Amino acid sequence: MSESALQIKAVDKFYGPVDYGVHAVRNLTMDIKKGEIIALLGSSGCGKTSTLRMIAGFEPVSRGTIALKGRPVQMLAPVRRNVAMAFEGYSLYPPLTVRENMAFALKAAKLPQSVVDEKVAYIAKLLEIEDILGRYPSSISGGQQQRASLGRALIRDADLHLLDEPMGQLEPQLRAVLRGRIKHYIKERGLTAILVTHDQTEANALADRIAVMEGGVLQQFDTPQEIKERPANLFTGTFVGEPPMNIFEAALSASAETIRFLLKDGVALTYGAHEFSQEVRDTLRNRTQVVVGIRPYAVRRDDNGVKARVSVNQWLGDQTHIAADFAGATIVLVEHDRTHLQPGETIGLKLDPSSLHVFDTQTGAAISHGRALA
Amino acid sequence: MESTSLLERILRGVALVLVVVFFMFPILWIVLMSFQTNETILSVPPSVIFSPTLENYQALITGKLTTAAGTLDIAFMRNLGNSVFLSTASVLIALLLGVPAAYAFARHKFRGSEDIAFTLLSFRFAPPLLVLLPLSLYFQKLGLSDTYFGLIWVYQLICLPLILWIVRGYFEDISADVEYAYRIAGHSWFATFRKIALPLAGPGIAAAGLLAFIFAWNNFVFALVLASADKQPVTVGALAFVTASGIQYGQIAAAIVLSIAPVLALAIYAQRYLVEGLSLGAVKG
Repeated sequence: MSESALQIKAVDKFYGPVDYGVHAVRNLTMDIKKGEIIALLGSSGCGKTSTLRMIAGFEPVSRGTIALKGRPVQMLAPVRRNVAMAFEGYSLYPPLTVRENMAFALKAAKLPQSVVDEKVAYIAKLLEIEDILGRYPSSISGGQQQRASLGRALIRDADLHLLDEPMGQLEPQLRAVLRGRIKHYIKERGLTAILVTHDQTEANALADRIAVMEGGVLQQFDTPQEIKERPANLFTGTFVGEPPMNIFEAALSASAETIRFLLKDGVALTYGAHEFSQEVRDTLRNRTQVVVGIRPYAVRRDDNGVKARVSVNQWLGDQTHIAADFAGATIVLVEHDRTHLQPGETIGLKLDPSSLHVFDTQTGAAISHGRALA
Repeated sequence: MESTSLLERILRGVALVLVVVFFMFPILWIVLMSFQTNETILSVPPSVIFSPTLENYQALITGKLTTAAGTLDIAFMRNLGNSVFLSTASVLIALLLGVPAAYAFARHKFRGSEDIAFTLLSFRFAPPLLVLLPLSLYFQKLGLSDTYFGLIWVYQLICLPLILWIVRGYFEDISADVEYAYRIAGHSWFATFRKIALPLAGPGIAAAGLLAFIFAWNNFVFALVLASADKQPVTVGALAFVTASGIQYGQIAAAIVLSIAPVLALAIYAQRYLVEGLSLGAVKG
């Protein structure tokens, strides 16, 4: 797993003149190993699609280098890069049938017909599009077009597979099934894939590592678990996770025995100093103002805890989402059982220090996660 | 449309007939005129009952125009040949230059690309008479006046902007990702242009070519000023029927029939492409 598949080094992308145009991607550096599945996660306009297009060669790189298998490619035409791509808009070629669309890259690579047929049949079965192979793109549904487009990319034996929102149009059940199959297919063949998505579930299910992007800046590039447990900054913390992390501004007062976070409306979270490691204690003692965050499923109910007033209680069929007025804002907690709390009711909450994320107020950078420094 | 009532259908039919009559009647009348002599044409009231004569066509094809004042030589068939040659050559050259340019303008935004495209378009709204005087002076200096080459060059003022702007729109309608998908599958830029962009924009290119052909064919003033009799197209050649002994309506009508026939035939043949071009991407296969 040590062989590098893709190396992006200090890449900038400007639309318009360099340094004056729209700065879509800022100083991006990533190293992706062969056999990895990477998800580029972010909201619209965060630079994830621009990044993908620079890798594919459809957008010139304004600054920096992109290397595929150690070979710099940023000046090469797309045809010379050996990259496969599934487009968000499907981009099937209208005069060709689904079968011909899927086969045309293989034909360009001059593979024998028998091999092409075999591969098309295999992928079609994998994506459940065997029955539409003879149809034309205009006569099939959006979901089918999307699978045909995905098939056209996966069928190739490229150095890198780029998948731009590959499953957005599929029905939920099918999406879940295909996720598993596609991951298995990619892993089995040792392919390297970069997936652009704004769907966290998809990123979590498919990716070995997730790159969270915002405002053209790579916020964090880590495993799904690390991103969830140790978000690098406030953005990642609140962007990844459903429902999003609760965050509150807090004033700090630390003594030898206790560390106390003073939230708005006089709410105080007081913890014994021993709940935090020495380094965290030392760091927090130098701070007066921080942002604390806690994930909704880490908030526990405890009658002796800090008080909150229930505003919404929603049973979603498998879990309860409770929203409560707390410290001048709203806190959301998730419970697995059905509860019968009424709006207006007062509850006690326990915000366990081991689940507490502390962020810098100015930069948003994480200071500590639970006991340990970030 | 099961909900349309009988009355609605009848009204629609009447409206369609009216439209067809409105547009087709002048053509029908011209065709009828072309088979009449000057006397029957000018008779009052006009009548659709007459004994048809082919003498108008005969005069055009033999090139001998017999009038009361004597026999006159007319070069109508030559004019027709000139029209075919000038229009075809102009459109071919405009396609050759315009289609790649349109593709470049559609796909690549470079510094000044909009300005260049607009400058080309502005040739269309400069009044021809405005450019004709300086142009004819230049052409005389350069030895281009009264040459096919010079005329075809000037005709680019008509054809090139038209093709460029229409075809550019068609290229812009094709999703760039379709081309990217083809390129990333292992094809060069040029192969993509040939195999993906050109076929997909085909109906649009045909439509633009046809329009340019019609515009070139109908051009009058450039050829009038820049060409002498043996290089003039039918539009200018038709002036010859205004003779000292009167206007030869019969011959004019026959000349019109002959000169619109190729364009009409072309339009009817290419109608399929025009309609297909308008519904590009909506239905296919």
